[in-house]
Amino acid sequence: MITVAEMWRSTIGKKTIVAVTGVVLVAYLVLHMAGNLNSLFGPGGAEPRIDWYAHWLRTFGEPLVPYEGIIWAVRAVLLGAIAVHIVGVVQLNARNRAARPSAFPAKRIGRSWESRLMMVSGTLLLAFIVFHILQFTTLTIDATPLKAGALYSNLYYAFQEWYFVAIYLVALAFLGTHLRHALWSLCQTLGLDSPERNFGIRMGANALTLVIVIGFALVPVLFFTGVLGEPSANELSATITTFGGSF
Amino acid sequence: MNFKLVIWRQHGPDDQGEFETHEVTGIDPESSFLEMLDQLNASLGREKKQTIAFDSDCREGICGSCSLVIDGTPQGPHQVTSCQTYMRDFIDGATIKVEPYRANAMPVIRDLVTDRSALDRVIQAGGYISTTTGPQPDPNSMPIAPAVQEEAMDAAICIGCGACVAACPNGSAMLFTGAKVTHLNLLPQGQPERADRAFNMVSQMDEEGFGGCTNFGECSRVCPQEISLDVIGMLNREYRKGVAAQKPKHRAKMTAQ
Repeated sequence: MITVAEMWRSTIGKKTIVAVTGVVLVAYLVLHMAGNLNSLFGPGGAEPRIDWYAHWLRTFGEPLVPYEGIIWAVRAVLLGAIAVHIVGVVQLNARNRAARPSAFPAKRIGRSWESRLMMVSGTLLLAFIVFHILQFTTLTIDATPLKAGALYSNLYYAFQEWYFVAIYLVALAFLGTHLRHALWSLCQTLGLDSPERNFGIRMGANALTLVIVIGFALVPVLFFTGVLGEPSANELSATITTFGGSF
Repeated sequence: MNFKLVIWRQHGPDDQGEFETHEVTGIDPESSFLEMLDQLNASLGREKKQTIAFDSDCREGICGSCSLVIDGTPQGPHQVTSCQTYMRDFIDGATIKVEPYRANAMPVIRDLVTDRSALDRVIQAGGYISTTTGPQPDPNSMPIAPAVQEEAMDAAICIGCGACVAACPNGSAMLFTGAKVTHLNLLPQGQPERADRAFNMVSQMDEEGFGGCTNFGECSRVCPQEISLDVIGMLNREYRKGVAAQKPKHRAKMTAQ
């Protein structure tokens, strides 16, 4: 604990902590993206696979852990990680601004536009996460019909609207720019990069970024283009209403 | 060759400072940027005007004294020191902007001269080795693998000019500090202080008000010695080990069970 407190005090230590919380968030993104792909199995019969998956997430580990136990543990870890990530970045950014006279900004000498946009893309992603939770978890943004537990129909009706599809695709574009710099940058901050690994790590960062962005984008695009068909009438009636929403 | 120079003039550390325009004519294309400034100063002297202050010493690209920002690029556009930048590389009649380094940890003293003693204090915090005095050691008494020696020397070529700090949008000195830590921590002579070196130098770096690294990589793009970004990775690793080493070691006998 003394070590972590000491690290939080210094620039390099704080950057390391920001990088580690970033790893936690990326790991979650991969799981979330893979979980979302369950919706590609379509409306199914009585229960679409995505609904079954959401139910499984909530009952997973029972009776060792209570209903929704794992899901809340993951949520707590994510909330902690994102809070530390944001506070760390804001403090580092304030320090960086103070280190250079504001009247004389540095000339741009080959920094990538993704790296330059990190604060912008990060802020937009935070706004998107809030919107996303309000739409599919708390079901507050109900411009389209939303019903607890009926994930497939919730997704289907939301992604019939072009503006929701547009919001999700724009958010994914910013996620892509954020990740393309972040995935390499965290390797450098953690001291994992070296001249012999550099090409591999940068290309690996590009590849993982593409996999995550395309994996997420498939869901709204396939619903909007009609590849994933209308939910069956059974879904809404068969749904167990004690569900939260999608995770 | 003729040039129009837009030069930063500042009387002292507390002065506001402003740009001043000067015309220089009849410049030899083979003269260096500093020699061109010498000519300008000579003509200012003849006119009984205050000459432009700028740092220089060896004028061979090895001392790291010169510290001009030419058209926004620290040290100049060709990734060599200002003294090794030649007027033949500029277009005849061009307007050239000349500024001092801009970083709050390295304040302007006068005109184009900045106070870079913050970098010296970072060196004082850990950029040294402990060694025995007395008779000269036997040659080859300290074996070093060639690959390690090469890596250490690639970092040791840092001349400490501070261009990395001036290029960084965050005014960060991590390329400089990383080069010093990499150089000394790889070599056997640097091992006694290895555990504390990075920790102490980073603490001093933070205290001086340098910013943090955001991995833009622009420091390395202006570095006249072409120091690679991997010294920053090394600094990050060594710092982490250094923090762990700050914890007091528990010295006691262990019990088996």
